[in-house]
Amino acid sequence: MSSDPYSDRGNADKSITNLDGIGSAQPVKGDGSAYPVDGGPFLIGDTMTGGYGAGPDILHDCTIAVERGEIAVIVGPNGAGKSTGMKAVFGMLNLRQGHVRLDGEDITKLSPQARVAKGMGFVPQTSNIFTSMTVEENLEMGAFIRKDDIRGTMEQIYDLFPILRDKRKQPAGELSGGQRQQVAVGRALMTKPKVLMLDEPTAGVSPIVMDELFDRIIEVARTGIPILMVEQNARQALEIADKGYVLVQGRNAFTGTGKELLNDPEVRKSFLGG
Amino acid sequence: MDLLNAVIALSNYVIIPAMAYGSQLALGALGVTLIYGILRFSNFAHGDTMAFGAMVTVLVTWGLQSLGVSLGPLPTALLALPFGIMGAMALLLVTDRMVYRFYREQKAKPVILVIVSLGVAFIMNGLVRFIIGPDDQKFSDGERFIISARTFKKMTGLEEGLAIKTTQGITVITAVIVVALLFWFLNRTRTGKSMRAYSDNEDLALLSGINPERVVMITWLLVAALATTAGVLYGLDKSFKPFTYFQLLLPIFASAIVGGLGNPLGAIAGGFVIAFSEVTVTYAWKKVAGYALPDGWAPDGLIQLLSTDYKLAVSFIILLVVLLFKPTGLFKGKSV
Repeated sequence: MSSDPYSDRGNADKSITNLDGIGSAQPVKGDGSAYPVDGGPFLIGDTMTGGYGAGPDILHDCTIAVERGEIAVIVGPNGAGKSTGMKAVFGMLNLRQGHVRLDGEDITKLSPQARVAKGMGFVPQTSNIFTSMTVEENLEMGAFIRKDDIRGTMEQIYDLFPILRDKRKQPAGELSGGQRQQVAVGRALMTKPKVLMLDEPTAGVSPIVMDELFDRIIEVARTGIPILMVEQNARQALEIADKGYVLVQGRNAFTGTGKELLNDPEVRKSFLGG
Repeated sequence: MDLLNAVIALSNYVIIPAMAYGSQLALGALGVTLIYGILRFSNFAHGDTMAFGAMVTVLVTWGLQSLGVSLGPLPTALLALPFGIMGAMALLLVTDRMVYRFYREQKAKPVILVIVSLGVAFIMNGLVRFIIGPDDQKFSDGERFIISARTFKKMTGLEEGLAIKTTQGITVITAVIVVALLFWFLNRTRTGKSMRAYSDNEDLALLSGINPERVVMITWLLVAALATTAGVLYGLDKSFKPFTYFQLLLPIFASAIVGGLGNPLGAIAGGFVIAFSEVTVTYAWKKVAGYALPDGWAPDGLIQLLSTDYKLAVSFIILLVVLLFKPTGLFKGKSV
């Protein structure tokens, strides 16, 4: 039994408690502020160490970064801390050490909402859409922090993912896996982010849909939005990557351009199946 | 056989009272279902929130009455209702700041909040009885009937009278307005949609820049308005007594669960199902049967299935049946 007096004692009786959609993030408290720093990549999680709550550290001096106009890809075996690294960069968990910097500012102490306002967009791996809301409402919620007219952006999203235009009045939970991922990416794009973070955007979709999604992601990157992405399909992802990170057990194992990693015999042997 | 009189008697003793009671339960159940859906726990302090809001309304009503302010044929309490709502809002926001927020920061599991809300209920209950006393309080004034039984008989020449109390009329109309406003708010406004988003997926709401603390605050404000309105309407219709509000918790929860927890439409439907069941099962059908059946067929007994003392048991039984056979409730709610 955990020593935390507020943790789960096993009661999942839905007549008195509602566990659907409950948050698991342990967001950075919002009272912090950002301060300017010099140089460095556009977005960087620098030598991050930390884990969930009082639990053990999952990340150990882990560094991930993306430069302006580039695609950076994080690959690695299961449980390597790829998703945790992304969450850490977004402020969804408290870091014990390390810094997160965005566009010349140290944002380590900012809450996730404040990071959205600073121009970061994040598509988590699972539960990345509002299933009970329509496609259009999902996009509207993506633009929640915007006070200006969002219709233009919504049109751009519909142009990028035409299928969503036809399904815009349908609850997002009724869509297929690939369409859900399109809604998820669309939602994140609605803020007009300065950087987009994708956690396994192609998880659970068919190979054809996967190619299609990769094309769309490249299309987004061409508009000048830097993309930091975790991907299971390491080979395909590294082919489109300007920069690649291989994480193993929460540490940086290999770092290089996508081509370098693809040609590195060690990386090929361990992670790309020869 | 006299079907017309049977229908009139049925309306007078069953349909109209059940409509009014059902509206009150529906408003109460909407508050419960909002907290369940958005704050994710069953709030046992809801009945006492109703009592507190109604108490403030009663006190302000008395103040207005002593100043000679009145709404003519309508009860003065309607004028005092906004003050009652503000009182309940203040109480809920202070409670949230002092109690619930602490547990949110600990990331406490909802089941802990359920028990916490029970403690809050006892404190609110004590507070209300400390301020206004445990006894029955009358605060309704204005015209008592829209149509009284005698006027109705004179108008129609029928044997049976049909009485509609002003409070019953006000209850149903207010409930319709409040429900329409609530649905418009949740489905059409940005803030309402952000509340649904938070209910659907808390982490993703955070990633979209929705401030959870703001969602929680607006939920409490809405709940205060719903609870006070329900409490005042119930008090006007019957009378205000702090303890009855704690007892109301059972039919209110039964309504919310029967309709499907977390589903606002279900809360309304559930409220009427429970109200109509309670009233029909505890009503003595002798009179209606006397009119509806051919002469001499009506039995001698009262044809009352249960004494009115057992009306709470009716909600219990419906609750059990629903939980056993249709755990998601009538509408698509959360599976229980």
